Amino acid sequence: MTAVDVDLLRAVEQFIFREARLQDEHAYEEWESLWTDDGVYWVPYGGDDPDPETSMSIIYDNRSRIGLRVKQFLTGKRHAQTPPSRIRHLVSNVEILDDDGDEVRAGANFIVTESRERGLVTWAGRSEYTLRRVDDGGFAMARKKVVLVNNDRELYTLAFLI
Amino acid sequence: MAVTASHRFDELIKADRVHGSLYTDPEIYEQELERIWYRTWVYVGHVSEVPQPNDYVLKSIGPQQVIMTRDRDGEIHLLLNRCAHRANQVCDAPRGNSSAFRCPYHGWTFSNTGKLLGYPFNSGYGGTEAKKSLGLGRVARVGIYQGFVFGSFAEDGPTLLEHLGPAHEAFDRLVRLSPEGEVELTAGWIKHKVKANWKMLVENETDGYHPQFVHASIFSVAKSGIGDLYGEKSTAVSRDLGNGHTENDLRPEFRRTGRPMGWFGTTPDRLPDYVSRMRAAYGEKAEEIMIDGSPHVMVFPNLFIAEIQLFVIQPTAVDETVQHVTAAQFKGAPDLNRRMLHQTIGSVGPAGFLLADDSEMYERNWRGVQERNPEWLVLARGMHRERRDEDGLLVGDATDEVPQRAIWREWRRLMEAA
Repeated sequence: MTAVDVDLLRAVEQFIFREARLQDEHAYEEWESLWTDDGVYWVPYGGDDPDPETSMSIIYDNRSRIGLRVKQFLTGKRHAQTPPSRIRHLVSNVEILDDDGDEVRAGANFIVTESRERGLVTWAGRSEYTLRRVDDGGFAMARKKVVLVNNDRELYTLAFLI
Repeated sequence: MAVTASHRFDELIKADRVHGSLYTDPEIYEQELERIWYRTWVYVGHVSEVPQPNDYVLKSIGPQQVIMTRDRDGEIHLLLNRCAHRANQVCDAPRGNSSAFRCPYHGWTFSNTGKLLGYPFNSGYGGTEAKKSLGLGRVARVGIYQGFVFGSFAEDGPTLLEHLGPAHEAFDRLVRLSPEGEVELTAGWIKHKVKANWKMLVENETDGYHPQFVHASIFSVAKSGIGDLYGEKSTAVSRDLGNGHTENDLRPEFRRTGRPMGWFGTTPDRLPDYVSRMRAAYGEKAEEIMIDGSPHVMVFPNLFIAEIQLFVIQPTAVDETVQHVTAAQFKGAPDLNRRMLHQTIGSVGPAGFLLADDSEMYERNWRGVQERNPEWLVLARGMHRERRDEDGLLVGDATDEVPQRAIWREWRRLMEAA
């Protein structure tokens, strides 16, 4: 087993934690700025790896649809998030899965607690990130896939950013 | 409790309003299960979900779990997921291919027609004779129209076509958008749960009054023309199709503009393969089909044909409803299918640009109706201008509550029927 590149892991973790915080705090535009121009945000339904081109997904946003999602929030009339859910992500078990020099693939587990008038809902699962190295030495998010543990069952509305 | 139903519903349903307790009363919900869900025709699944002999898929009729099977001869069966021995669930996979279901508890085995094939150690039953009278429970009647499979727990009653009445044309209009005349529901169903009574969903599906308010956020940023279809000046109509089936008929608007594929917000040059296949299949008629587009019809009590997607409404408790949703896929239309799936994913489900907001309305509605007064919900919109169309069906303007009044007429008829 190769040694963990602790500096890389730390840098990736910091990116992932920041992304989670921006989601928690509904900092939509700042969150959108994390994406590459070809970013894909995917929350599959019905298993770990269904084909999003032939089967239903909860979210399968290309970059322009990510922008549309943010714009809808910013109208202030996105009723499912008016008022916004109170949410907090806990992200853990962060691992580097692959690094080809340009892009780092990382995986992490998460729990999100959501509070709305209906009550508390717990969302849990695993996220996989493809982070592209950018000029300033940091990362931009080229792909985020969020696999909920219960993505084959009945789900309440999931209108916040997960 | 014995119900003096006719008297009681007479007091709770007026021509222009309904009483809030019709949504909230747990006892009325139990009656609805018996008198509506376990009696009238309820949509269950589509033949394309069990394409091969011995395919099966788990479905539902309200809270009842139903196994839809295709036997080796191709016939469709609707079986209940309950062993005839000690009531264990015999099927736990959401779908699969098997000629038989073997109960994990004591090994009783049933064919996919529901027949009991055998039980282990049969000397304990004095041989195999007893098995002849035992089998899986079943939905008494199965009806199929244009590949859409319905079930009725009632042994007798109207046929499926009698039940659908003029609403059967919605299925004809849907399948003719396929160059091969067939719709396929193969993209899988998302289950989206809301804390609300099921009737709030049914009523909303053909409510032409809400889109400009509930969906203003996405219409404004996506520059969508959908909102205008449901405006004051729209020539679209709301329609009572009879037997609780209702419609927002957008064809007058689509015909007024007369643009093929305008109903899908696109133009023929963006879908050259589809358009040429349609012209090859339907000749001159193809233009009309591609102008008229897809129906927006709520088939009572649980199937909503929403242009490019289908919803199945499943009540699971008086205050909980699951909406199952998938993209329509037209056989022989790969380029259109890809776009319909992509658009459906964006619009519906727990994170959908449209449905997340509808679902928020359902839950707000559910909380609001718990308040003690004014007690009534007003369904009077457009009563002064409702009229009969050339087929004798009741219609109103695009934003009128003709559909909601129609839904309650059927609801009451079923609840009061002996």
